[in-house]
Amino acid sequence: MNKIWLVIQREYLSRVKKKSFLLATLLTPLIFPAIMGIFVWIAMEEKETQSLRIIEVVDENKLFFLESSEQYAFSFSGKDLETSKKLVRNGDRYGFLYIPKFDLKDPTGIIYYGEENPSMNLISYLENNLKKKIEEQRLFESGIDPKIINEVRTKVGIKSITLDAQGAETVSDATVNYALGFSSGILIYIFIFVYGNQIMQGVIEEKSSRIVEILVSSLKPFQLMMGKIIGIGAVGLTQFLIWVLLIGTLSSVVIGVLGMQMPQQQALEMASPEIAESMPPGSDMAQIFQVISGIDFIGLTFSFIFYFLGGYLLYGAMFAAIGSAVDAPSDAQQFMLPVTIPLIVAYLGLFVFVLNDPNSNASFWLSIIPLTSPIAMMGRVSYGVPWTDLALSMGLLIGGFLFTTWMAGKIYRIGILMHGTKPTYKTLWKWIKTNQ
Amino acid sequence: MLKIEKLNKSYGSSRALTDLDLYVPKGIIFGLLGPNGAGKTTLIRIINQIIEGDSGTILIDGKPLSSDHISQIGYLPEERGLYKKMKVWDQMIYFARLKGLSQQDAKSRINHWLQKLEMSSWKDKKIEDLSKGMAQKVQFISTIIHNPALLILDEPFSGFDPLNAEIIKDEILGLKAQGTTVILSTHRMESVELLCDRVAMIHKSRKILDGTMREVKSSFRPEVFSITLESLTKELPLEWIVKGLDNSYHFSLSLSGKTPNELLSELMQYGQVKQFEEVIPSMEEIFIHQIKSANYE
Repeated sequence: MNKIWLVIQREYLSRVKKKSFLLATLLTPLIFPAIMGIFVWIAMEEKETQSLRIIEVVDENKLFFLESSEQYAFSFSGKDLETSKKLVRNGDRYGFLYIPKFDLKDPTGIIYYGEENPSMNLISYLENNLKKKIEEQRLFESGIDPKIINEVRTKVGIKSITLDAQGAETVSDATVNYALGFSSGILIYIFIFVYGNQIMQGVIEEKSSRIVEILVSSLKPFQLMMGKIIGIGAVGLTQFLIWVLLIGTLSSVVIGVLGMQMPQQQALEMASPEIAESMPPGSDMAQIFQVISGIDFIGLTFSFIFYFLGGYLLYGAMFAAIGSAVDAPSDAQQFMLPVTIPLIVAYLGLFVFVLNDPNSNASFWLSIIPLTSPIAMMGRVSYGVPWTDLALSMGLLIGGFLFTTWMAGKIYRIGILMHGTKPTYKTLWKWIKTNQ
Repeated sequence: MLKIEKLNKSYGSSRALTDLDLYVPKGIIFGLLGPNGAGKTTLIRIINQIIEGDSGTILIDGKPLSSDHISQIGYLPEERGLYKKMKVWDQMIYFARLKGLSQQDAKSRINHWLQKLEMSSWKDKKIEDLSKGMAQKVQFISTIIHNPALLILDEPFSGFDPLNAEIIKDEILGLKAQGTTVILSTHRMESVELLCDRVAMIHKSRKILDGTMREVKSSFRPEVFSITLESLTKELPLEWIVKGLDNSYHFSLSLSGKTPNELLSELMQYGQVKQFEEVIPSMEEIFIHQIKSANYE
């Protein structure tokens, strides 16, 4: 036990003392906001510099007057098809919308011409706009006053509340849950890959520089492997904690600065959820505050740490085993598949199944199987998950990492002393079966 | 000190050690010889508990080998290395503590050795900034830092220039004088000749030779004498291959059934016997002879 502790200390200190660690730790929290800032800035620049995109409309029905938006303006100069096309080709118009004469009950044949491929955004904007106009026109034709039409137009926002067995009600919002599940899942995914790789590199270093034979004459290979995995995990946790603290301070500074520029009323609302609750329903701000105050942060944090560590230990052992079996990092590629495939399945599963429908069958299995659960379960946890599922998944994950560690230990113990031969899956299997 | 009985080890179908018996008395330097792939590294790894034998017993001071012995054994593998990015000092502390020394003991002993070998100024250097010989010295100190009762050295002189090899040789002799038992595995027969009290030779997983240096050498006496004659009184027989130089004739003769005295009196008839000495084989010759004859069997 004492010796594992020595290994942990060495692995931890030798990494934390490096300048590159300090740089990565301090710069990463700055890089992300910086990149996002640049994108926002570019987008804003674009909007400002881009004059309105003018779209020529030829409407043979002479019925539809499309309203211009911030981005698009519509010109109805009554030109014919060919001249309008020419306008687009010359670059005088961004695009050209052709509405042929049609029966209102069956509006077909509408065509958009553009110099570049139109964005989804533009097409759906045009479609919605036309749909509204056609509907209005038809209502008008069936004798309803446009005034009444305007009056009956209503805005609907659904507030969702989850009920639990105790009868407590929590306001929820899929968007917030989505964001939480998404970010925690991705974080675990990145953490496993980055630090798993460090384990592998470390093992290969000890093996190729032949330190390992001296080490294993002083302690058991398993102690060496576990010390390394735990030590590097601690480095990751340290880095992560520093990031949380840095981002926390940075954002509170930013909010503080922004808060001063905000109108008093809004700042007050932001400061206190009680006030938010008293706001008129439907107000976005109020809803978000209710949602945030309704999230079980303690549970979420606990599960995050659990899956963060569990996933790391499960895959860390596999990375260590791979490192022990090869002589150089370039040889490791052939054994990476069993590690990368489940991780990518979990990653894709998180987006395709879990975040969209946390209670589907696929989501259930992804969040139960230990290889995918560390990433997939975070997507379910953020929406709330039955405790039986959670307990099953956690239990299996513990079992899973005990199993991979046991297997990795068997490969590691033999692999670190093998030089010159390129092992195959068959040799690895033989090592696992060898006793002693 | 170390007693091994009927030790067997095989990797799959290939045998690395077959019914090996070995006895290493306390306080001597024991030469472990054998060609590459004979099973020496396997034996050394088993003693270091890096791997386990399939059957057989290993006793250290009468007790079965166990994890308690780790702190009593020092091991310098043939393939050795250090953490390139680590400082000399940190590295030594790490190895010393892994062998069970307390932080305090480790510090004072490392300081002692660094001073003794005039290396104190390298303390804060990283291994990658040291020359190969310097790194080997660091490695050697790391091996003996915990005062092991049993020291196992596999090719300890590789990587050293003659001057530093001499320093290391003196340190090994110094440790022996303090009662340390040393197992030395090397292909350099001149260092075996110089250092070892006992030797054993392993070939194709079996022990083919064992004994004190004297025993081994005398059992290999080819019964050949080296002779120098002067002032010849009689023509020498033609079948003696003679090197003549300034009226002095040098040649070797085999006893071929005679006693040394009979041979000597025969020689006296030919002139003045200036030199009459039994030819003692070098370890190198014994080594090659043994391996060759074992291969014929």
